[in-house]
Amino acid sequence: MKLNLKIWRQENATAKGKMVDYPVDGIDGDMSFLEMLDILNEQLVEKGEDTIQFDHDCREGICGSCSLQINGEPHGPDKLIATCQLHMRSFKDGDTIYIEPFRAKAFPVIKDLIVDRTAFDRIQQAWGYVSVNTSGNTVDANTIPIEKEKADESFNAATCIGCGACVAACKNASAMLFTSAKVSQYALLPQGRVEATERVQAMVRQMDEEGFGNCSNTGACEIECPKGISLENIARMNREYLAASVKG
Amino acid sequence: MGGFLNSTIARKFAMALSGLFLVLFLAQHFSINFISVFSKDVFNEVSHFMGTNFFVQALLQPILIFGVIFHFVMGFILEAKNRGARDIKYVKFAGNENSSWVSRNMIYSGLVILAFLGLHFYDFWFPEMIHKYIESHPEDAARYYDELVAKFQSPVRTILYVVSFVFLALHLYHGFSSSFQSVGWRNKYAKGLRGFTKAYAIIIPLGFIFIALFHYINNL
Repeated sequence: MKLNLKIWRQENATAKGKMVDYPVDGIDGDMSFLEMLDILNEQLVEKGEDTIQFDHDCREGICGSCSLQINGEPHGPDKLIATCQLHMRSFKDGDTIYIEPFRAKAFPVIKDLIVDRTAFDRIQQAWGYVSVNTSGNTVDANTIPIEKEKADESFNAATCIGCGACVAACKNASAMLFTSAKVSQYALLPQGRVEATERVQAMVRQMDEEGFGNCSNTGACEIECPKGISLENIARMNREYLAASVKG
Repeated sequence: MGGFLNSTIARKFAMALSGLFLVLFLAQHFSINFISVFSKDVFNEVSHFMGTNFFVQALLQPILIFGVIFHFVMGFILEAKNRGARDIKYVKFAGNENSSWVSRNMIYSGLVILAFLGLHFYDFWFPEMIHKYIESHPEDAARYYDELVAKFQSPVRTILYVVSFVFLALHLYHGFSSSFQSVGWRNKYAKGLRGFTKAYAIIIPLGFIFIALFHYINNL
């Protein structure tokens, strides 16, 4: 398969970037998208050129590192997968493929296709956890009975891998789906209810401070999320936040 | 309240509440206007009541004007933050693959509605305020129908109204159902409610278009 790649190249965080054309040949449909980029990088090394920098780690759709905007969509045209799970059979011989970094003011480009997503870490650190006294009196979480439906909903919210596709897909670069998934996974469980008021206030405050946009309810985030995180979580976070504001 | 409105979620909540209030007002406005299709006398009677009732004029009208201004100002504030949240645009952005055009372009449908409101106020509200409170004409309970009909003698104005109502439909199509998500209302009834909001977004503007065309054609 022969492809014409248009890839965002940017020397560093402060440099001005631009799209650069890279024709690539010999791509097999069974290759993953990242393997295709590996092939291109090998060719660039042979030519003595600077390789294209992109994030990747597990290559199994678990770590959420591979953040690429492919032909205008986060993680490419296929749904419910991360970039590393995208196969080249999704493209046709002769296709032109645009590859850009996830774009958001809160996700500044570090180099080429790598963006700084530590804004998500700071939201998580704001209160994306349950405080547990580990002084020896810790009660086993499994001793607390939880409705199956609630446990499933919480689990589904917890499958968010924090890849940032929701931000990348949103026309406003909003992080509401990510933050709401983190709020929901605890808000649905009795262990998380104890700090629910403080948690939602702290996480939303941090989300706003990072400079993400507002949610316009377009639903793009839900469609592009590789883990299928539902918009229901955003509605839940809205409820949680408004209730917390009333409580003060 | 100012502190509360600093947060993203609270601003969207306020936007949704003001939008829902305006949706209710639209239904009331449409109901009264629709009477003009059937009965000149009843339309005059209802309009006279609305135009002279102290509760409507002194309480509801200022609340309505505040609601309209608030909705537009908050819309611009939200839009400014949204635009600033992505300082470098994508070279290629496939928005149609994951969201509807109307949901992504609420600001533009809103701007058309704002321009329409300028025309609508110029046509009806300012003359009404001048008539009643500046020139202090004696109240004529039979004038309302003729004033309405006179405006729709112009084909240009009628077309402007029709086009504006199409944009109103587009704005409502996303905005009405979206407002329930913004206030956190999403449960087993949400699907049915979404159907109702979509139907409302089509029926009410279509009704306004019918009224405008009815009076235009009736006067040919």
